[in-house]
Amino acid sequence: MTYPENYKYTKEHEWVLVEGDTGTVGITDHAQEELGDIVYVDLPKVGATFDKGQSFGSVESVKAVSDIYSPVAGEVMATNDLLTHHPEKLNEDPHGAAWLVKLKLPAAGDLSDLLSAEDYQKYIGG
Amino acid sequence: MIKKVSRHIVQNELLIFEHSSPGKRGYQLPELDVPDVDAEAALGAQNVREEIEDFPEISEVEAIRHFTRLSTWNYAIDLGLYPLGSCTMKYNPRVNELVARIDGLAWAHPYQPEHLSQGCMEVVAALENALAVITGMDAVTLQPAAGAHGEFTGLLMIRALQEHRGNARKKILVPDSAHGTNPATASMVGYAVENVESNDRGMVDTDRLSKHVTDEVAGLMITNPNTVGVFEQDIKRITGLLHEKGALVYMDGANMNALVGVARPADFGIDVMHLNLHKTFSTPHGGGGPGSGAVAVRDILKPFLPGPRLKRESDRWTWNYDLPQSIGRVRSFYGNFGVLVRALAYIMAHGGDGLRRATLDALMNANYLRKKLEAHYEIAYQSPTMHECVFSDDRQARKGVRTGDIAKRLIDYGFHPYTVSFPLIVRGALMIEPTETESKQELDLFVDAMISIAQEVEDNPELVLQAPHSTRTSRVDEVTAARRPILRWKPSVQSAQAAD
Amino acid sequence: MLAVLGLPAEEDLVSYLSADVRFDGKLDLENGKSEYEIVDYFKARAARNANGYASFLGAGVYNHYRPVLCDVVVSRGEFLTSYTPYQAEISQGTLTTIFEFQTMVCQLTGMEVANASMYDGSSAVPEGAMMAARLTRRDKILVARSVHPEYREVLATYLKHGGLPVSEIGYGPNGLLDLDALTRGIDDSVAALIVQTPNFFGLLEQIDELAHIVHSKGALLVVAFTEAVALGLIEPPREADIVVGELQSFATPPSYGGPYAGIIASKDKFVRQLPGRLVGETTDSEGRRAFCLTLATREQHIRREKATSNICTNQALIALMATVYMTVYGKEGMRELAQQNLSKAHYLASKLPRKFDAPFFNEFVVTTNGKSADEINRELLVHNIIGGLPLDRYYPELTGGVLLCATEMSKRSDMDRIAAVWNEK
Repeated sequence: MTYPENYKYTKEHEWVLVEGDTGTVGITDHAQEELGDIVYVDLPKVGATFDKGQSFGSVESVKAVSDIYSPVAGEVMATNDLLTHHPEKLNEDPHGAAWLVKLKLPAAGDLSDLLSAEDYQKYIGG
Repeated sequence: MIKKVSRHIVQNELLIFEHSSPGKRGYQLPELDVPDVDAEAALGAQNVREEIEDFPEISEVEAIRHFTRLSTWNYAIDLGLYPLGSCTMKYNPRVNELVARIDGLAWAHPYQPEHLSQGCMEVVAALENALAVITGMDAVTLQPAAGAHGEFTGLLMIRALQEHRGNARKKILVPDSAHGTNPATASMVGYAVENVESNDRGMVDTDRLSKHVTDEVAGLMITNPNTVGVFEQDIKRITGLLHEKGALVYMDGANMNALVGVARPADFGIDVMHLNLHKTFSTPHGGGGPGSGAVAVRDILKPFLPGPRLKRESDRWTWNYDLPQSIGRVRSFYGNFGVLVRALAYIMAHGGDGLRRATLDALMNANYLRKKLEAHYEIAYQSPTMHECVFSDDRQARKGVRTGDIAKRLIDYGFHPYTVSFPLIVRGALMIEPTETESKQELDLFVDAMISIAQEVEDNPELVLQAPHSTRTSRVDEVTAARRPILRWKPSVQSAQAAD
Repeated sequence: MLAVLGLPAEEDLVSYLSADVRFDGKLDLENGKSEYEIVDYFKARAARNANGYASFLGAGVYNHYRPVLCDVVVSRGEFLTSYTPYQAEISQGTLTTIFEFQTMVCQLTGMEVANASMYDGSSAVPEGAMMAARLTRRDKILVARSVHPEYREVLATYLKHGGLPVSEIGYGPNGLLDLDALTRGIDDSVAALIVQTPNFFGLLEQIDELAHIVHSKGALLVVAFTEAVALGLIEPPREADIVVGELQSFATPPSYGGPYAGIIASKDKFVRQLPGRLVGETTDSEGRRAFCLTLATREQHIRREKATSNICTNQALIALMATVYMTVYGKEGMRELAQQNLSKAHYLASKLPRKFDAPFFNEFVVTTNGKSADEINRELLVHNIIGGLPLDRYYPELTGGVLLCATEMSKRSDMDRIAAVWNEK
């Protein structure tokens, strides 16, 4: 699976796509592979706010739970309903249809410490 | 070659609701000797239910067949070695079952007059005393219903003592090798959990530990021997470190089967500990419970024990409720009395010498297995093994086979698997505890099986990866079970074809 | 075997332990006894207990006849000596019976999902409260004073450090939860109201009215029960969000307080906050129906400090006894059994001065005048009858009151005797 060039990545295996003042957040293909078959996704309520690096939810496989950390600060505008009934989509299309949340970003957002697609792939040893 | 099991015909069986049909009955009540009361008149029509929808209706024969057939689908200690690590699957003596059912004990109501309950109270007193002797501690409570419940009780007492001294403090230290109940319990008592790393001998790293011990720490929870079956050699130094800073040490007694008669936790500085009566003291696991989590304490914690406590008044026992510093009740009544009877019977059957003998036999069996398997599986730590040995699946992983797969193949050889993937500090752990009630014959069958599987991993890994092959149920789809949970039977739902 | 290990003697298995941690003495316990001596010892203890008495005690623990099949089934080694069903392929017996148990608990209580059992009713109550707190993200708990007093004590112990303050709502002159007090005492910081039905006094609480008040404030209703037999006849608390309770009535004789089996059940939408084990239906690789433990990510062995509870064991064997009991009685039997309890208790109550006049099932509170509760009970003992529970210890405001219980095992002649002793001046 390719890692889209226009996404930014974290060392905790999340991605964010910034478009204006909206940030779409998900987990990477590497993450879903490590987790195995995903059985449940726990997402926050619309309106909740998170700091950069704060946990906003979790992803579960049969035998493990992983917290998801927000790559950027923001307010939750939408969560992906598809994952409520079809958590397996997160295994199938983690970079596309199985995004997790859409955040409204504050004006002065800091993306400088996020990784590019190339750097992320180097990080995971791809 | 598989020696322990062979093919046989095993009965199929549906769910009880699928045998049900109106009018079938398995019971008969006596005739009423008082007038029948109109339920609607007595209770109000809105309070009377029409029926219990879809509750089963079957005959006694169908009931007995149903449960008997189902039972044949289970493995059990009565069928052979059950090598689960830290579960201590020893033989469950049948005399214990008999004595627990004696009418005067089984039908005792917890609120019946004390002078008509002296027999029960004597049992409780005798067991409290025996467990105090075994642990070297000063007092015992038998109220908690299980190990985790005992941990909860113990930590509540630690907190109570710290509060009594003026400062509850904030943290509990837990080794990274600990069982999941430890940190879960600490959270329930309002403490933050801080993990302490193990060293390369599989023990608590005392240098790193000393950095963690501040006066924010209320206590340390430690398992000894630990979850890799190794005695914490620095235990006196560890308990000393904690005591110096005014903290206490809780010992998870799950592995007590390695210590009875050989070491007493009070001697190495433990302040409070729980015992799993359903492990060390042979009470049956019953498919997942009941258990009993006796808690033993030093004098300093005695005032905080849950109440009521047994008190001797002239020539009889009484329950004393006057315990101003007690943490309160952790459950109703006095404890899992039926389990206490069985544990006491076990202790009586062994006596002091017998208990020590049992411990040494348990150590011998575990060391025997280690010696026989070390050439084929990677031992996790070189430290001396006590009652359980832990291997990692490193060698087999090179062929793409993991501990879970080996465990499934072991089923084909007629055994229950060992504990898979725990403790987490070992990569791909295989945790094996034979207990003392296994003969050399049974252990050799196990060794043969494990060696054979190691060879299969080399020659034919697919055979192991697709195991088990001989069970009436093959590997189950746990993913779908979690994604789309079906947690009860419903009449209108068509389940997948029942066993064919 | 020692030869394989290269050790001269078994003692050498522990000689590496330093002398300051090793115990080289002799445990101060009597020598090991034979099977005969052990049986004798426990028979002697049993003889020092009540034998041959007719008991009219209830108060959370009930005397019901246990069908012979209960012990026959649990005595099978495959059920008695097996472990938690983590390896599904060789535990389908246990897993299937737990699935049936979960189903029957739902059918009995009117709930949609139930777990594989809790330690007992008393510890299930705080688990229900903590579950409600997690679901509502609120922290206040209200509990009815008419809930079993020891259950309320356990609730207090559990919640002490959980950041969940508990307040009591009293009962009115009719013995039921005071609806006005509830209306005054509830606001939108309350996570749950815990009420028991039949309550400790044996009376049926007004569940629908309570649900209305509680839900109107966005709180959850947790309904507890101690007498499971009642559910054979009484409308279950369908308006509850969470039901917790005790199955001792179906499973074991009183056993001086345990082991019992508690239950926790709820609406489907709350399942991920349910504590304890859950068994689910699935298929194996050949497409055959099979069962397995599921939704384990709620539990302590995975979530560790963030788990829904620290609970590890359930009460599998006791739950199995209850499953057999419920199967043997079945739909009609459970109703007939409850009907007999109702008739027996109402017969006894009709001859005695009742304290509260709300509807009751098989327990009720009786007042005493002239003689004290203790005097009456002493007289009854002479007739080999154990009378009811004097209430003064738990409810000082009801001093002089006695809680009596009659079940299908109670005999008319004993009940007539109780009435005679009570009513003579």
